[in-house]
Amino acid sequence: MSDVEEKEALFSKKNRQLLINPLDSDNPITVQVLGICSALAITVKLEPAIVMSLSVLFVLSAGNVIISLMRNIIPSRIRIIVQLVVVAALVILVDQVLKAYLFDVSKQLSVFVGLIITNCIVMGRFEAFALGNTPWKSFLDGIGNSAGYGLILVVIAFIRELFGSGALMGQQVIPDSFYDAGYANNGMMLLPPMALIVVGVIIWVQRWFNPSLEEAN
Amino acid sequence: MDTNKNSYTFMFAIVMVVVVAFLLSFAATSLKPLQDRNIKLEKMQNILKTVGVEVTREQAEVEFSKYIKSGVVIDPTGNVIDEAKGADVEKGLAFSGDVKHAVAKKQYPIFIAEVKGETFYVIPLFGMGMWSDIWGNVALKADKNTIYGINFDHKSETAGLGAEIATEIFQKEWIGKQIMEDANGGFTDANFASVTAIKGGADPSDTHGVDAISGGTVTSVATSKMFHDRVALYLPYFNNLK
Repeated sequence: MSDVEEKEALFSKKNRQLLINPLDSDNPITVQVLGICSALAITVKLEPAIVMSLSVLFVLSAGNVIISLMRNIIPSRIRIIVQLVVVAALVILVDQVLKAYLFDVSKQLSVFVGLIITNCIVMGRFEAFALGNTPWKSFLDGIGNSAGYGLILVVIAFIRELFGSGALMGQQVIPDSFYDAGYANNGMMLLPPMALIVVGVIIWVQRWFNPSLEEAN
Repeated sequence: MDTNKNSYTFMFAIVMVVVVAFLLSFAATSLKPLQDRNIKLEKMQNILKTVGVEVTREQAEVEFSKYIKSGVVIDPTGNVIDEAKGADVEKGLAFSGDVKHAVAKKQYPIFIAEVKGETFYVIPLFGMGMWSDIWGNVALKADKNTIYGINFDHKSETAGLGAEIATEIFQKEWIGKQIMEDANGGFTDANFASVTAIKGGADPSDTHGVDAISGGTVTSVATSKMFHDRVALYLPYFNNLK
């Protein structure tokens, strides 16, 4: 760690950007196109999407710090394996603790906890950021990226649950009078392909407001 | 320190694996009793729910011994091979035994409950859904024919579709349905009608059909099959009881 870095304020402009950029201009899902798999799988309902976002928040920020602490002693030839072991160990730990202390939450998450391992964002941030930065910066980067991931997840889940099931957080929000008047839930919204289309629409809207993201061709 | 040397790489890998293995096995073994207890209490909670007793997980243990009078294990001919009564039910084979492999082991568990003077027979269910295991419990009234309460749960059915079997809306439909074609026809295989989830909706007057879940056809069919296959095992026992 160099002197310059040590003197840097905890929330300097650069560090703040680590937190804020992933929410929009460097969003893991819509800009880096990572973590699409889980964005399709668990966004049928709002609640699992939120819990999944929180679990990723924990795994990514803790994992980033661990990898960053070990960054100078990890042999570069097996670094991917080391990253995999760290994320797998963290995920199993989370799963075990949930089963013992938060049984109801763990039942809701069921397979999703294991899915965190396959989340490209986690490995992506370990490799691209934590291996080359200090623990505090890596921690902020982890929080920022999982927040950016969670934001998109919640938006997709909101749209899918609202139009697919007429509900939010499991509570019906579209009044019965709508159904009586001939309104029907869009069953397509519950199927994975619609998540992809919703992601596409979000990317389109985002680039409309933020033309700097468009590739020059 | 040269972190690119082969010897260092090997040492690092070995140390890492040992540390992680120790950490995880420590976490798993130290949390195991708590996890097992949660699973046991949930099982009690689910059984009680089918006979109309709603309790929190913490109360489940006390209430279970109060309402569940005995846990019986029968063989394929309907003979009782194990019976635990009162406070011993949770230690008996019926409760601690393996519902998943009950068919292979030829040991079918059933619980007899008494709530407000009424007798109920609770049958644990187990089967394969679309992706993985599904399970549940069904309580039959004293006539051993009418469904009093039922619950289903699943490991990994599709959220919003197959997973809906675990919701109140789907389970409510099963209440009051009858498993025998003719209520007075005896508990024979020929008279066994079971209850089936019907795609496109069941006629409300149909005592053997419930509405299947739209978009969850495979899970609905699997649930009907589980119900049919498991409940059929108890017909000889019901016949003996009569």
